[in-house]
Amino acid sequence: MKDSLGAPQSLLVLGGSSDIAMSTARKMAAARTKKIYLAGRPSQRIEDNAAELRTLGATVEVIPFDAAATDDHDKVLSQVFAADDIDVVLLAFGVLGDQAEDEKDPARAVAVAHVNYTGAVSSGIIVGQALKKQGHGSLVVLSSVAAERARRANFIYGSSKAGLDAFAQGLGDSMVGTGVHVMVVRPGFVDTKMTQGKEKTPLSTTPDAVADLIITGLRRGSHTVWAPGAFRYVMSGLRHVPRPLFRRLPM
Amino acid sequence: MNRDVRDVAVPQQSSTDGVHAERLYGWGMTSPSVADVADPTAVEQLAELVTGAGPRGVIARGLGRSYGDPAQNGGGRVVRTTSLNKILNIDIEHGIVTAQAGVSLHQLMGTMLPLGWFVPVTPGTRYVTVGGAIGADIHGKNHHSAGSFGQHVLSMDLLGADGQIRTLTPATEPELFWATAGGMGLTGIVTQATIAFKKVETARIKADIWRAPDLDGVLAELAATDDKYPYTVAWIDCLSTGRNLGRSVLTCGDFAKLDELPAKVRKDPRKFSPLSLGKVPPVPVSGLLNKMTGRAFNEMWFRKAPVRKEGVIQGVGAFFHPLDGIMEWNRVYGPAGFLQWQFVIPFGTEDTLRQIVERISAHGAPAALTVLKRFGEGSPGYLSFPAKGWTLALDFPTNTPGLAQLLDDMDEKVLEAGGRLYLAKDSRMRPELLAEMYPRLEAFRKLRAEIDPHQVFMSDQARRLHL
Repeated sequence: MKDSLGAPQSLLVLGGSSDIAMSTARKMAAARTKKIYLAGRPSQRIEDNAAELRTLGATVEVIPFDAAATDDHDKVLSQVFAADDIDVVLLAFGVLGDQAEDEKDPARAVAVAHVNYTGAVSSGIIVGQALKKQGHGSLVVLSSVAAERARRANFIYGSSKAGLDAFAQGLGDSMVGTGVHVMVVRPGFVDTKMTQGKEKTPLSTTPDAVADLIITGLRRGSHTVWAPGAFRYVMSGLRHVPRPLFRRLPM
Repeated sequence: MNRDVRDVAVPQQSSTDGVHAERLYGWGMTSPSVADVADPTAVEQLAELVTGAGPRGVIARGLGRSYGDPAQNGGGRVVRTTSLNKILNIDIEHGIVTAQAGVSLHQLMGTMLPLGWFVPVTPGTRYVTVGGAIGADIHGKNHHSAGSFGQHVLSMDLLGADGQIRTLTPATEPELFWATAGGMGLTGIVTQATIAFKKVETARIKADIWRAPDLDGVLAELAATDDKYPYTVAWIDCLSTGRNLGRSVLTCGDFAKLDELPAKVRKDPRKFSPLSLGKVPPVPVSGLLNKMTGRAFNEMWFRKAPVRKEGVIQGVGAFFHPLDGIMEWNRVYGPAGFLQWQFVIPFGTEDTLRQIVERISAHGAPAALTVLKRFGEGSPGYLSFPAKGWTLALDFPTNTPGLAQLLDDMDEKVLEAGGRLYLAKDSRMRPELLAEMYPRLEAFRKLRAEIDPHQVFMSDQARRLHL
């Protein structure tokens, strides 16, 4: 259960090797979150993450979970919810893809859309229903500023996040009155393994900073969190820039 | 068109009629959850509500005055008892009252005071039910002289997980009786209780009110009041610093004798005087209570108290329940809500008390209306809170910066001193501390496992603290 100061006791991460998720889990584990499920594809990284969280006093379970394998989602996630109340679910999986290559190969582009959007729709619906049965809980969805307006340079990734973002907003609205809270997080460029080697864009941030904003947003019950916060204003301007001008912007 | 006979038949009244989803939170307005809420109007409906509860179980709820989450059950069922509000029997001669669980202390006072009887124990609000008073084994200003509420319950009827009602008395079923008194609703649903009242000559209090300049002063003064007054309490200013640290206003008294009343009041000496001043408007007043206004409020409260005034005649409302005068006063903390932190530590650990008051003062947390009191011997309740020692209760807005760490640190101090926190107030303690604070927790768990192996009775608090 979340306590009166907003600190959750249990966390389920979908995408257990995500850097943002790990930063968030680390901060939560240091406080009250002592039961953590890391769901993701089996890897050394996810095991290392689990080991690190255990040193912070948390009981950690690694759950084999593949965002792309949507047929298995119900079985895998039901097991977690059958065992425990989950206070916070962090939907953190996602792939950036390689825009130039993906534009040439529809199968590769579809794979990006499948993980980022279809995988999230599948697991998001299941998680939403499970939280509703508990009568409490938060689902945090890692979207992106790219969801607000797709750019020439990353529109495959951007459009998948746009779909995810719209889905999460609608899911949140559908959960009003059920005790379930859905929070959409839109980070800009975050310095993570996912963006390694990519050129930083303005207002870039770190997993740690995003994690802080997620934790604050959870405490306040926010619906939308921008990371950094300045993006709220930047994007509300960019949203209205005419396309011929927008595609020439140096981003 | 042919209609099925079943469609036109008068539907059978079912106990689950009117069960509806509702978002519930405690008095502090924090950590809500949604449950299916039933408002049964007859005891007969209760058994079905309990045996038919789903996998998330059921918990009783009264007037929602617990600060945190004990009367919530996210995803499960919550049975509100406030429609089970009949006073079933009154023995005027001996002051023995049998009342349904949803009867409030307000209702009991209104009925019994004119007859010359007062509830044996009242907390700082009259708006608690008999069921809640037993579940939290509440205490009042007379704990040092009268003990807790459960100690005045002669018998109670408890609906168990099997749907059966058992009559419990401290003599015939001491284990289940004392697991239920203070058991936070986890042993079953109290349907009715028989309570021994206190005889009073009038419905007025004769109070002595005076100031103590600092913490040492108030501790010494309070210690000297134990034998003198059945009702004692000190309001302590936890925001003042330096030599004013812990300055206090003591309010001590007893029910007035008839000849002590002014002539005007003597005409109707047992008139219940609840006092109502108004209601906090439902507008967000977040930030109204901060360090500055908290200080100013405390200053005012201290200054308006007389340096020393004896024999002040007060109504029951003014003396026992000053905050009940303002309906929904919990809203002054704004939408972020607030919490109350109340502990007891044994006599002889006054150093810890001093450190805690110093720490709060230094932190500048806007804790207005801090209440200090001396407890007498505790009751045999497994999870009953009161124990011989000092108890201090403080309100904090939950958006106070650094509050989580501050309270965690102070929990440790309380534990080190051999003290404990009050479950009816708690909304944030670390679950690991509970067993150390309540040495009989294991025995409570064992008993609960025997009488309710499938944990039909379940609350958000029980989930949070692994009760």
